[in-house]
Amino acid sequence: MDMNQNRVLKYREAISEALSTAMSSDPSIFIMGCGVDDEGGIFNTTREAFLKFGKERVIDTPLAENAIAGIGVGSAVTGMRPVIVHARNDFLFLAMDQIINHAAKWKIMSGNRLNAPLFVRAIVGRGWGQAAQHSQSLQSIFAHFPGVKVILPSTAYDAKGLILSGLKDDETVICIEHRLLYENESPVPEESFEIPLGKGDVKKTGTDITIVAFSYMVKESLEAASQLEKQGISVEVIDPRTVSPLDMDLIANSIRKTGKAIVADTSWMHFGVSAEVCAGISEQCFYDLKAPLKRIALPNVNTPCSSNLEKEFYPGVSDIVQAVLELIGSDAEANNDRIHSDEHSKFAGPF
Amino acid sequence: MIDRNKALSAYYSLIKVRFTEEAIAERYKEQEMRCPVHLSIGQEAVAVGVAQCLEKEDVIFSTHRCHSHYLAKGGDLEDMIHELYGRKTGCAKGLGGSMHLIDDRVGMLGSSAIVGGSIPLAVGAALTIKMQNSPHVAAAFFGDGAAEEGVFYESMNFSALHKLPVIFVCENNFLATSSNLSSRKPLDNVSEHGMPFGIPGESVNGNDFFAVKDLAQKAVGLARQGKGPSLIEARTLRKKKHVGPEGGQFYADEKGGSTVPKDLSEADCPIRNFEERVLLENILSQADLDSLKKEVQTEIDNAFNNAQNAEIAEWI
Repeated sequence: MDMNQNRVLKYREAISEALSTAMSSDPSIFIMGCGVDDEGGIFNTTREAFLKFGKERVIDTPLAENAIAGIGVGSAVTGMRPVIVHARNDFLFLAMDQIINHAAKWKIMSGNRLNAPLFVRAIVGRGWGQAAQHSQSLQSIFAHFPGVKVILPSTAYDAKGLILSGLKDDETVICIEHRLLYENESPVPEESFEIPLGKGDVKKTGTDITIVAFSYMVKESLEAASQLEKQGISVEVIDPRTVSPLDMDLIANSIRKTGKAIVADTSWMHFGVSAEVCAGISEQCFYDLKAPLKRIALPNVNTPCSSNLEKEFYPGVSDIVQAVLELIGSDAEANNDRIHSDEHSKFAGPF
Repeated sequence: MIDRNKALSAYYSLIKVRFTEEAIAERYKEQEMRCPVHLSIGQEAVAVGVAQCLEKEDVIFSTHRCHSHYLAKGGDLEDMIHELYGRKTGCAKGLGGSMHLIDDRVGMLGSSAIVGGSIPLAVGAALTIKMQNSPHVAAAFFGDGAAEEGVFYESMNFSALHKLPVIFVCENNFLATSSNLSSRKPLDNVSEHGMPFGIPGESVNGNDFFAVKDLAQKAVGLARQGKGPSLIEARTLRKKKHVGPEGGQFYADEKGGSTVPKDLSEADCPIRNFEERVLLENILSQADLDSLKKEVQTEIDNAFNNAQNAEIAEWI
């Protein structure tokens, strides 16, 4: 029996293992970011690499997000593979000029002479009052631009496979991780493996309705699906795993089978990833649809701090269940109390 | 002082930049170069003075006003003109244009049209050099407008912290598009901007090739010895509009008074300064100068003619 099959890692452990594995085999990879070398090591994702490779390859940085991104671009176009880490997505706004105007464009502006294989990790915060500037989920923003890939691992297995694949890609890759997934476990092979960027995953098969879910919403959707199963409703959960490129084929094939779809995303509904996926579905599968599309995503307000407002702000399992019941045409009602997966209530901060 | 061969090489580079840009200005109206051009006429000695101190393997990054840096570093003239014509045979296959010249074969690693945008890239290249333990240096060319951008300070801080082999070259022409330095900054002191980070900085007359070269030599020496970054402020004047081939009067205040700093003169020309000095000191003869002028002009004419007939760009 292959013991590897049963080895279980936490999401954060899988990230750490992916980085260390990649750095062992590729000496051009190095990590930069504020606090990457400290004891916490970005929630224990960079500490292992620091202990193995030292401060020359795991570099603490000044608080200068834009220059650090640009220094990453400069090192990338000269043959290195920098991994830049932000403990929160929100700080990426400070680095937008270098990521979008430079990293994403150096390849085309140079007529393909140079690549900028920058790898940027950034974590979405949620719960324990992260409030408006520590909770944003920026996949929609980055996926808008050509020249960058955006990956959103939802399990430990996906985190390892996507990161190992992203660290071989010649384009800039933005890896959006979710803080609430950090302690979640899944089987992860010890050996190196890659998940091709742009290849989604069927997280659960079903026949009555498709839920296309991203990041933490995969977890919420799987919970909803398991509740609905008890009511005899068979839900298929598709996790595209990468927003750009987006595996529309996988999504379309599922919808051709079920005829109904919900898109669940961790970013805002307005002009977001959920809108893009719905547009793609309506372009490719309009005549296969048996019901209108529905979106589960953030309402058009900024994130509040207070926990009672947080509960109202984030859609969760109960919202997905309710949306499925509506689309199926069931008379059954979801629990009126808003229910989230355990991670939200268990998260005891502070950060 | 420099020897005959170095003088020939420097003069070749100076007039190559000048004549190429004059040809661009003259032919721009033909509407064959369909991209914005930012000319460096009057500022050539900065690019050439610094580049003459660099080896082929040393790398540079530039700005929207990048013709001079590209040519001075040894970028292929023909590839550049084809690029301005939007041809498949251009240095960026017609996808970059005048503002994004690149020739990685000679260490010209690209140009950003976002003011200050390529400064951290040079620092990143210097980080690679340090991590790979190679003997090269990186230089960032930028204007006085970029010296107002936050990323400049972030970049200087990081480069000083890690003692990176990078040279910050501010080509101060006292203009950001059409806005005079005095309306943008309280003091005329760009060379002091590295002080908080312990970065040595000096000003130099950017119209004097020899002065620029001497200062650049010092900065390159420090970088190669592992002593970290330096800041050069090369003071010069722009003869053409911010963008396009037209000239004009840019250095005037609201009352029509001159805003040219006291140490510079609009009558000054870096090419003429060079010629006068090499002739006076008998380093080169008038015949040397004339023969190089002829050679460069032929190269330029050929480049334009070939570009005109080259294949149009394709998606890559």
